Amino acid sequence: MSVQVPHNDAPVRTVGRLESALRAQRAAGRKLLVPYVTGGLGADWVDIVRALAVAGADGIEVGIPFSDPVMDGEVIQAASQRALTQGATPRSVLSGIASAEVDTPIAVMTYYNLIARAGDKRMAAELARSGVAAAILPDLPLEEAGPWCAEADAAGIETVMLAAPTTPDARLARLAERGRGFLYAVGLLGVTGERSQLAESALAIARRCKQVTDLPVLVGVGVSNASQAKAICEVADGVVIGSALVRRILEGAGPDGAGEFIAELRQALDT
Amino acid sequence: MVAAPSPMGAPDASGRFGSFGGRFVPESLVPACMELETAFSEAWADAAFRARLSSLLASYAGRPTPITECPRLSAELGLDIVLKREDLAHTGSHKINNVLGQALLAERMGKRRLIAETGAGQHGVATATAAAYFGMQCAVFMGEVDVERQALNVFRMQLLGATVHPVRSGSRTLKDAVNEALRDWVASVETTHYCIGSVMGPHPYPFLVRELQRVVGDEAREQYRERYEGADPDVVVACVGGGSNAAGTFAGFAETAARLVGVEAAGGSAVGHGVPGIVHGMRSLFLQDEEGQVLEAESISAGLDYPGIGPEHAHLAELGRASYEAVGDAEVLAAFQVLARTEGILPALEPAHALAWVIRAARDKTLAPGTKVLLTMSGRGDKDVAQVKEMLA
Ligand SMILES: Cc1ncc(COP(=O)(O)O)c(C=O)c1O
Repeated sequence: MSVQVPHNDAPVRTVGRLESALRAQRAAGRKLLVPYVTGGLGADWVDIVRALAVAGADGIEVGIPFSDPVMDGEVIQAASQRALTQGATPRSVLSGIASAEVDTPIAVMTYYNLIARAGDKRMAAELARSGVAAAILPDLPLEEAGPWCAEADAAGIETVMLAAPTTPDARLARLAERGRGFLYAVGLLGVTGERSQLAESALAIARRCKQVTDLPVLVGVGVSNASQAKAICEVADGVVIGSALVRRILEGAGPDGAGEFIAELRQALDT
Repeated sequence: MVAAPSPMGAPDASGRFGSFGGRFVPESLVPACMELETAFSEAWADAAFRARLSSLLASYAGRPTPITECPRLSAELGLDIVLKREDLAHTGSHKINNVLGQALLAERMGKRRLIAETGAGQHGVATATAAAYFGMQCAVFMGEVDVERQALNVFRMQLLGATVHPVRSGSRTLKDAVNEALRDWVASVETTHYCIGSVMGPHPYPFLVRELQRVVGDEAREQYRERYEGADPDVVVACVGGGSNAAGTFAGFAETAARLVGVEAAGGSAVGHGVPGIVHGMRSLFLQDEEGQVLEAESISAGLDYPGIGPEHAHLAELGRASYEAVGDAEVLAAFQVLARTEGILPALEPAHALAWVIRAARDKTLAPGTKVLLTMSGRGDKDVAQVKEMLA
């Protein structure tokens, strides 16, 4: 199966809500900050989403917990497991997102089986109806993404593509072409989780991505604190912060603590 | 006239058997899967590679394994039963066939570390064995539940120089061991080959493992024909966890008239109760809930305790070329004892499932008296003796 890539005579690609928001902030000289939270984790997770918006997030990633999250390390695995035990389902997470009523664009992050089970078309429509702007599916690589992307494009859902340190340059360009919202540069070879040091590969992949695309390039996986975020933003347009935030939530940070952590990062990136 | 395509040919360019298969992996692993696909197709077309593998299989793994007639069991059941004796292969199961081939491929790709998931521990032992033989590093991921019920195999792996990582997430069995092996591979892919133990995972694994296991079916067909004046068995039976011994066996008989039967554990019956889904890199049948959360399988046999099935089996089931049956723990325990008592062979609990179905089918006359059955005895029961002792107490 091959993936349709737009040619010169193809219709102009539409720019969705997430991508326009990120492009606008970038144009205003701001570094982009996208925190990740696990949907359905704790009774107050929707308040956490609101707190992240208030704290200055440019976009918010909400994880729909899956039983077998192969791209996730211990922290997000534990969060997914706890959310599932507390009864989280794709539907409950989507209705939580709809009820949050934040202006900050929201991307859901999940594994493809939860979409395939519902059906591409139905899930794309449900995401749109819930006010979701974009979807990040780490186990749906370019070669398999065609059918989902067709439905997502039709429903106005931006599909974010991921680029890895092992991705060859020629393939990077194809990922960027198919990608919507932003290009997610995976900062290291490994699963999500905090690292004490910023990986060398993070700067390298950010640089390579910037060379092939005008899409906002955000580095995620292994970006753990303000100084790492600042360092990577010397090259990248922004960062995704996952495990560092989710660990705080698991430890009981609540909406206030989560908001404070993101506000701190916001300030570091803005100065 | 165009010949009908073989029901067990190569997958299409996207790695699909019918609508099943594909390559659903994180971007980090896509280049490694492509590299493996190329390495395998080149190696498989390379006479020197094939010769080296054949010679290893003969001198190290003990191939060909024999087929064995079962006169006393046959008399008891009113059938004509022959076993393909993978239990006699080095390390005690068919898993060695796959592992030697993959270790050679790893060597060809310049990778010096092997990782593997294991349920019963047989694939872990086989991988640890190949790593020792080739002087490679080896890490094996095994669910905590299986570490307990297959303690002997854990010790064997350690003796062979492997590190065994107990997996504490989810159901703490085979499914979670695969997750953890994939997570390791995402981080180690530049130096490490993931030696998948069954006909599952992303393309090219289901195809590659089936080709490496087809030696079981090809040998059995020729041995059977030689012994029975060119005849083929009426029914070919094998147990199915991920489905590698069954796929290897079926590949040798797909173009004969033999009926092909795969036997799953009732608590892990992906064909019986699964629905199409995408897990562990492949589109196949999985036990899952309405939302798409994967359910936990439940079986006394650690090797069959898996909520999915290899994609080619899902395809064969859809085509109707093979059928899939499920048996419960009690029948399996009975079959285990029957074979020991009548033929002096202690089967592993996994192939005891295949036998349990044969016994049931003989009793309820699903198999007519005199039916010629070839059953793949995929492994020996030494690893299960302690567990069986407890269950019978
Ligand atoms: C002896 C034996 N048979 C069968 C299996 C199941 O694997 P597969 O279905 O891939 O043959 C195992 C797995 O551990 C095994 O040890």
